[in-house]
Amino acid sequence: MIDSIQKKLLKEIAGLDGLPVGAYNIRANGAAAGRNTTANIDIITKTDKPGIDIIIAPGTKNESVHIPVVVSQTGLKDLVYNDFYIGENADVTIIAGCGIHCAGDSETAHDGIHTFYVGKGARLRYVEKHYGEGAGRGKRVMNPTTIVHLQEGAVMEMETTQIAGIDDTLRKTGGDLAAGSTLTVHEKIMTTGDQKAVTDFEISLNGEGCSADVVSRSVARDHSRQEFISRIDGNTACAGHSECDAIIMDHACVIATPALTANHVDAALIHEAAIGKIAGEQIIKLMTLGLTEEEAEREIVNGFLK
Amino acid sequence: MLELQHISYETEESREILHDINLVVQDRFVAITGPNGGGKSTLAKIIAGIYRPTGGRLLLDGEDITGLSVTERARRGISYAFQQPVRFKGLRVGDLMNLAAGRNADIGEVCAYLSEVGLCARDYIDRELDASLSGGELKRIEIAMVLARGTALSVFDEPEAGIDLWSFQNLIRVFEKMYEQTRGSILIISHQERILNIADTIVLLKNGRVAEYGPRGEVLPRLLRNIDTAPPVCSMLSDPIKEVR
Repeated sequence: MIDSIQKKLLKEIAGLDGLPVGAYNIRANGAAAGRNTTANIDIITKTDKPGIDIIIAPGTKNESVHIPVVVSQTGLKDLVYNDFYIGENADVTIIAGCGIHCAGDSETAHDGIHTFYVGKGARLRYVEKHYGEGAGRGKRVMNPTTIVHLQEGAVMEMETTQIAGIDDTLRKTGGDLAAGSTLTVHEKIMTTGDQKAVTDFEISLNGEGCSADVVSRSVARDHSRQEFISRIDGNTACAGHSECDAIIMDHACVIATPALTANHVDAALIHEAAIGKIAGEQIIKLMTLGLTEEEAEREIVNGFLK
Repeated sequence: MLELQHISYETEESREILHDINLVVQDRFVAITGPNGGGKSTLAKIIAGIYRPTGGRLLLDGEDITGLSVTERARRGISYAFQQPVRFKGLRVGDLMNLAAGRNADIGEVCAYLSEVGLCARDYIDRELDASLSGGELKRIEIAMVLARGTALSVFDEPEAGIDLWSFQNLIRVFEKMYEQTRGSILIISHQERILNIADTIVLLKNGRVAEYGPRGEVLPRLLRNIDTAPPVCSMLSDPIKEVR
């Protein structure tokens, strides 16, 4: 069911050489290509729209769910709605990701809309990687939307990476946090050529003692363009931090637009934004270790996005 | 062996920083000392290839390296420890140590170099070389990188700058040990008597010129005597004030 191109994409986005261990759902060219459920993790196909419901039983510990999507059919515009229900006090990892291989001239796209309902006291690690390849002139487009609802005491760590091959992306992440919950987002992006990437965070800190930490590290090369928008609303005694750290190279453009709203006297909100080229002294330091200027630049960029 | 022949350096504004410097670095341990602004760091950067001299030439084991880049000099066996170590976001101590060693050094090897400078590898190898490290920690890692390179010539620009007294005591031990073990030459810029005390040769650089150059036994006593008998620095400031009165 999975061909060699799709296998390669799976390896890129999820590190998979074969079928994953535990629960999984593989979507290839807009159709189901494999599924496994476990005693604690159920995966159900939606009947009203494309997508699945992933239901994780309360108290599930140390289990993982892989839900990779691969698109190798040029011109396909895949849209999927995935809803995740993480039971109370569960502790699980979800590995998502999407790979597009575009060999033709038509635009190929995947829009994944993921909604998380993280129950009281649950811990979730969510990892997603977006990747594009293929020699076709058709644009590879990805517009992931992630919506997060954290209940009391829930903890979610999100790692999202887009390093290569996506020509146009609008990455939206929204969330609301109940008392004592914690959301951490680490985003890594690199754009090259004429690529365009917009990241849009909107987090509402609603419950007392909740906290959000959004960190974006990006590298913009060639003529690419990046925009980082982050809105954090502190509606109670809470802590919010967002950070945009970008390396700009060549003729690229980076825009950082932070917005903090404190609606409560005990809302502690911080935004940091730094955009700049690679420091000359960093390159010289690595050259004194025997690297060429190009090798030094590569090490610095790879390290920054690691 | 490094030979500096008639090295001079002028800034773009034609300010002379170094004037006709002639030195041979052949001993195991050569220390360059002198007042601030005397051109010491400029000289170190010229040796590493970061600055190009405006006159004269450098020979490394007889080869003219004046026109070679930083990379080419590093590959020919020159290491350089910065006075102000560089911070990197994302790159970890282990990454830099591996780059310095020029291969994927195993953890035991990296651990040994970090232990030499008084750091426990387990605590540091995965740490980023960013603002979370103190000046003293960065300085030690900078020195460990030079140890890991193990090149024929190691240049240290004021290794004692910016570190606390406790770290300094350890630093002296590091250099004493390095002196015993090195098979190459160490060129160190320092103001510290304890570092000058372990040098074979001392160079006094003042106003961009070599004011003293010779074996430690001859130069150091003269330097110390001059420091003791020199008038207080503030007298320099008092002269113009007298004129105003």
